[in-house]
Amino acid sequence: MSEALHHKFNTILIGVAFSPNLKNNIFEAMRMVDFFDCKMIIVHVGEKTQEKEDKIKALISGFSEDHEKVKVIWKQGNPVEVIIETAKTNHADLIMLGAIPREDFLKFYIGSIARKITRHAHCSVLLLIKPSEDLRPCNHIVVNGLQDEKTRQTILDSFEVAQNLGAQKLTIVEEISHQEVKVVVEDDRSLLKDTLIKEQLAKKEDLRVQHILEDVPEDLKYGILIKTQSIFGKRGYSIGHYAKVVAADLLIMNAPERTTFLDRIFIQDIEHILSELPTDVLIMR
Amino acid sequence: MGNSKSNTSKFISELPKNMFSGFVVSLIALPLGLGLALASEAPPISGVIASIVGGIVVSIFGGSNVTITGPGNGLVVVLLGAITILADGNMYQGYIFTLAAIICSGVLMIIIGQLRLGTLSDFFPSSAIQGMLAAIGISIFAKQFHVMLANTSIKGDTLSMLADIPTSISVLFTPEYSDIVIAAVVGVSSLFIMVFYGKIRNKYFQLVPAPMWIVLIAIGLSYYYEFFSTEAYPISASLLVQIPNEVFSSFPRPDFSLLLDMKFIGVVVSITLISTIESLLSIKAVDKLDPLKRRSNVNKDLTALGIASIVSGFVGGLNVVTVIARSSVNVNNGGSNRSSNFFHSVFLILFVVLFQDQLRRIPLTALAAILVYTGYKLAAPKNLKDVAKIGKEQLLIFSATVIATITTNLITGILVGILTTILIHFVLNKSIMFFVRNLFKPNVLMFKEEINDNYFVSIKNFSSFMNYTKLKKKLDTIPENEDAVVDFSLCDFVDYTVQESLIGYQETFKRKGGSFEITGLDIHGASSEHPLAVRSLIPFSKKLKVGPKSNLTKRQFDLQQIADDFSWNYDPKKDENVLALSDFVFFKIKKVSYLNNAIFDQRDVFRISDVVFSEGEFIARSLVRTTVLTIKLNKEIPKFTLDKEGLLEFVYKFAGFKDVTIQGHPDFSKRFYLLGEDTENIRSFFTDEIVLFFESNPYYHIECNGQSLLLMRKERLASIKEIKALLDYGTRLEKIISGTQYDEIVLKTPKIKT
Repeated sequence: MSEALHHKFNTILIGVAFSPNLKNNIFEAMRMVDFFDCKMIIVHVGEKTQEKEDKIKALISGFSEDHEKVKVIWKQGNPVEVIIETAKTNHADLIMLGAIPREDFLKFYIGSIARKITRHAHCSVLLLIKPSEDLRPCNHIVVNGLQDEKTRQTILDSFEVAQNLGAQKLTIVEEISHQEVKVVVEDDRSLLKDTLIKEQLAKKEDLRVQHILEDVPEDLKYGILIKTQSIFGKRGYSIGHYAKVVAADLLIMNAPERTTFLDRIFIQDIEHILSELPTDVLIMR
Repeated sequence: MGNSKSNTSKFISELPKNMFSGFVVSLIALPLGLGLALASEAPPISGVIASIVGGIVVSIFGGSNVTITGPGNGLVVVLLGAITILADGNMYQGYIFTLAAIICSGVLMIIIGQLRLGTLSDFFPSSAIQGMLAAIGISIFAKQFHVMLANTSIKGDTLSMLADIPTSISVLFTPEYSDIVIAAVVGVSSLFIMVFYGKIRNKYFQLVPAPMWIVLIAIGLSYYYEFFSTEAYPISASLLVQIPNEVFSSFPRPDFSLLLDMKFIGVVVSITLISTIESLLSIKAVDKLDPLKRRSNVNKDLTALGIASIVSGFVGGLNVVTVIARSSVNVNNGGSNRSSNFFHSVFLILFVVLFQDQLRRIPLTALAAILVYTGYKLAAPKNLKDVAKIGKEQLLIFSATVIATITTNLITGILVGILTTILIHFVLNKSIMFFVRNLFKPNVLMFKEEINDNYFVSIKNFSSFMNYTKLKKKLDTIPENEDAVVDFSLCDFVDYTVQESLIGYQETFKRKGGSFEITGLDIHGASSEHPLAVRSLIPFSKKLKVGPKSNLTKRQFDLQQIADDFSWNYDPKKDENVLALSDFVFFKIKKVSYLNNAIFDQRDVFRISDVVFSEGEFIARSLVRTTVLTIKLNKEIPKFTLDKEGLLEFVYKFAGFKDVTIQGHPDFSKRFYLLGEDTENIRSFFTDEIVLFFESNPYYHIECNGQSLLLMRKERLASIKEIKALLDYGTRLEKIISGTQYDEIVLKTPKIKT
């Protein structure tokens, strides 16, 4: 366990299209590779032409000549399948995808391809809302603290990510949903009850997260301000809202359970986040 | 256990007070009940039955505290329509069908209450609701104006009845109709009483509510003709209230044979819709007047109203809703718990049993006058102006609703209002997708900030009447004595309904000692591409007018002079922060609108300002202006109120306080009414020096809330001379109080107690 912990990401895969964002996407990926000291695979789904090859070569030229470290793969087919398959065969443990800004350039969503990849990938996925050429420091990371069996691992992993990215603050968010409180506020008495129950739930949730935090090795916690925060809202969705309110630089979430057709109709958990990216989102697997 | 015991004893100790307010309310409920029933073309007594049943049932099963229940204004139009159409013009048959509809709507209300669907009423845009109420007002006004002029045979739709008003007036001046002139004169005089009642601030006159004055005068007139005049009573029997002899023995039987008829179902839906909206609006407004600042359980109340409507329908009464005018009268007269609603019913029963003969002497024209006034208040041009101030688009929604309601019916009217609002929102945002995409997304996040325990609520995407319940649900779970910040900076569009409702929250939080701040809207105002509605609304339509100095009135100019003489500051601007006043007993059950024309010293110890407040809503809504002086004290002193003996104007408002006599100063105790809870401390505070001061100086109403003093004399603005005198008095009083050695006494007394 602890071995995996210290090398969370060994191979990062980035899917590229020859869009105006190409340069920024590749630069972001190269920085990640640098932070995590790992290998990089660039995948382009489409025809391999000399022109395209030159372009990519030019972009990565300044980075590394080491062919072991950077690999470019050209493949034709269904983008979703190609990327997922390539990630699997090359043992990639992180797929990076860029988001598309909405009309007003303030909201971001990810296209249907990226969304499908997110759902079906075997490994972690990082969604970037605004890939940029320059380094944007990652100061504040928000991690979900949902009551879920995966949460423990997500929190442990996120500390490694935080250390690698040089984050200064990490907030673990416990979401308390309306259903859990089970009180309908109608008058002063039910309000009092509601307030008490919420306080208890918040305490309980906090205790649970504190237990997990005790297991995080001290060296991973070093230099990071750790906070916990209970929020009241829709599970899986409000955490995105919170990340936006506190202007977090990265949101780390558990991977969703295998989504079924029904989940897409009754949108839940991660789907809400995908429909409106609040910031960069890392989905841990 | 001890708690419930003390609750019971408190309840019992407050009974006399509630009995009194119940009595005053019944004085209004009687004429209104008769009038509302008449306006609906139902037997007059049916309105009184609704009040009686409502008061008894809702006081037992309800979830609110100081509300009064009975027949409502809004229902008049629906019931009138129902009674006229259900039996194709046969009024009595129509009434019996309508009773069945009332019972069915009672069942629906119980379902709404039990399923906790009270929040459904939030799905109506507030301009549309205002439009609907205005339309109801216009309809009542249009019909009752004729009745007031003794023309009871008028028929037709609202517009034609409005157009016919000049005819009804001119008819009075033709000789062949001379027999109805007296009745019309009674009607018009009654209207004058309604209009000018609020202007006469005489304590004895105000003890009896305006509608009761009308009834008393009308009955008195009939007795005059019976005993002192040789002529016969000049108002014919057809223009007098008719009450059956056996009110409580034979009830009409509701006829359910139309149960599956579309017309009938439509009536049931309308009755349910209007009574739910009217009740919820009233409960919300009355909660703001509750001196004990409790929160009503609206769902429980709706259930109780449903039960009451069923019972009322079975005994021949109209349906029961929560009514605002009577409720605020209740609060103003010291009603503090549900027993006042109960007592109002008991007194009504007594009236009907004991004064049947007198009731039959009331002319319809007098009752119609009460309704004309009510209708006018609902439709007052002032409401239109207020809406227009918020923005042209609100005016459009309002007008569309009014026109649609008047020309068709209430349901269509409110639907048109909703559709217009939605369309306007689409146009303002130039996007339909924006709403479609975000409508069902959970857009509200709430968390408690660690640093200062604030509740922080953030709203995303858009916030309008369509998704307001999501926000409301969260806001309702914040205790009102905490601090809350509601942030709209992530929200692209906020409509008027939401903002108006947030203002309500703001008031409630202020009253209960918390704070409720709305942030992030100013960003919207700055951005040019933003919807008009939002921008025009940021100061929430109560935009403070910063008048340039040259615009000052004479009085303001003089006030400036006074300030200059004292080398104090003067600020003519409106100040909406009325928090400092809400602590004083005098303002507890009043709604302070704003303060202006403040004169204050550099340290802000003394502050004279004009206060504009209202004593409850609706009939009693006339704004009162007064000038007060507040003095911040540098130490705690006991709470008390001091008034001149015999001047009941102020005193009757402070029920619960005990009269305190000061030993050794019989003259003082004789001349002044000193009230307070902590008798011991007050006695020790009133030293010889202070007593002497009060004895040798002019009289003011003085109130102390522990830290500050409130001084005022009359319920009107003070003249410049009076302000000078008040200032002089205030400064001398402050000197004496700060000079007394009171602190040690305060410290000692609690020790002895423990």
